Amino acid sequence: MTLVINILLWLVVGVLAGFAAMRGRVLLNDSAREGIVEFILLLPRIGIGVIGSGFIAEALPNEWVAPWLGPESGFLGVVIATLGGALTPGGPVVGFSLGAAALKSGAGAPQVIAYSTAWALYAIHRLLIWEVPMMPARVVWLRAAVSLPLPFMAAALAILVARP
Amino acid sequence: MAFTAAATVYARDGREHFFTILIGDVTLFAEMLPKVLAGCLIGAFVTMLLPREMVARWVGHESGFTGLLIAAFFGFLLPGGPITIYPVAGAFLVMGADAGAVVAFIVSWTLIGYTRALVWELPFFGSDFVIWRIIEALPLPIIAGLLARIVVRAGFQYREKTQ
Repeated sequence: MTLVINILLWLVVGVLAGFAAMRGRVLLNDSAREGIVEFILLLPRIGIGVIGSGFIAEALPNEWVAPWLGPESGFLGVVIATLGGALTPGGPVVGFSLGAAALKSGAGAPQVIAYSTAWALYAIHRLLIWEVPMMPARVVWLRAAVSLPLPFMAAALAILVARP
Repeated sequence: MAFTAAATVYARDGREHFFTILIGDVTLFAEMLPKVLAGCLIGAFVTMLLPREMVARWVGHESGFTGLLIAAFFGFLLPGGPITIYPVAGAFLVMGADAGAVVAFIVSWTLIGYTRALVWELPFFGSDFVIWRIIEALPLPIIAGLLARIVVRAGFQYREKTQ
């Protein structure tokens, strides 16, 4: 699957490079150089981020997660799930596997949705590792701030729209 | 923080476990590199190729509700991970997209982007759950974009002073 994504991405790169080439070699070279320079600048930060987050996730006590998020936990469970999502470090594997594990060990579906939504939107490590280096910091904080209520809305919708 | 966590794992679980994780992470990092490079290149090409007036018209301050819809749709369409999305979002911003549209774009990619759901979420949760979650997430990018515009209208400065 990751190969398919890679092929897709590089197809997009190829098409864009083709358009750039049609507008002239200088444009093509300038764009390519700019992209590569940015890539080199990002490398060390991403390296530390990826390797560090693996260890952080491993150091977390996983067995705490499930009991807090049960279907009986209601709104409080959603709040805890949202907080937990914001604080869960690591890549998609960590977030989704914790969510799935919680679901299997009896967490409520709306709580799990709140958890994965919060984790996807404003996991703190992701803001710091990915967004801040690549975007103006004020836009990042604005985005995080307006995202705050979204996990609650997702959980509320999950309660309204019955699960198939 | 990364070093503390690494030290904790080393002390608690021993040397062998430490290296298993380290090797796993380094492999993950190596697998990411082509995607990171592709993301940076897409960001650079998009900046050079898309006429600024077009971006400003489609997703700029004056774009209104349609701009948010377009931005959310792009977020859904664009493949790749955070490494791809943030450079592209940054490029949109430089080219005159407003904060609301950029927020809608990122939130949409995060919550309803199909690559993420296919690659990561589906194996863990199964298709019923994922489709159900995505249905609930559909209105959220628009809501986030509208909220961002409200905050900006209330006087929040998001552009760097040099611009």
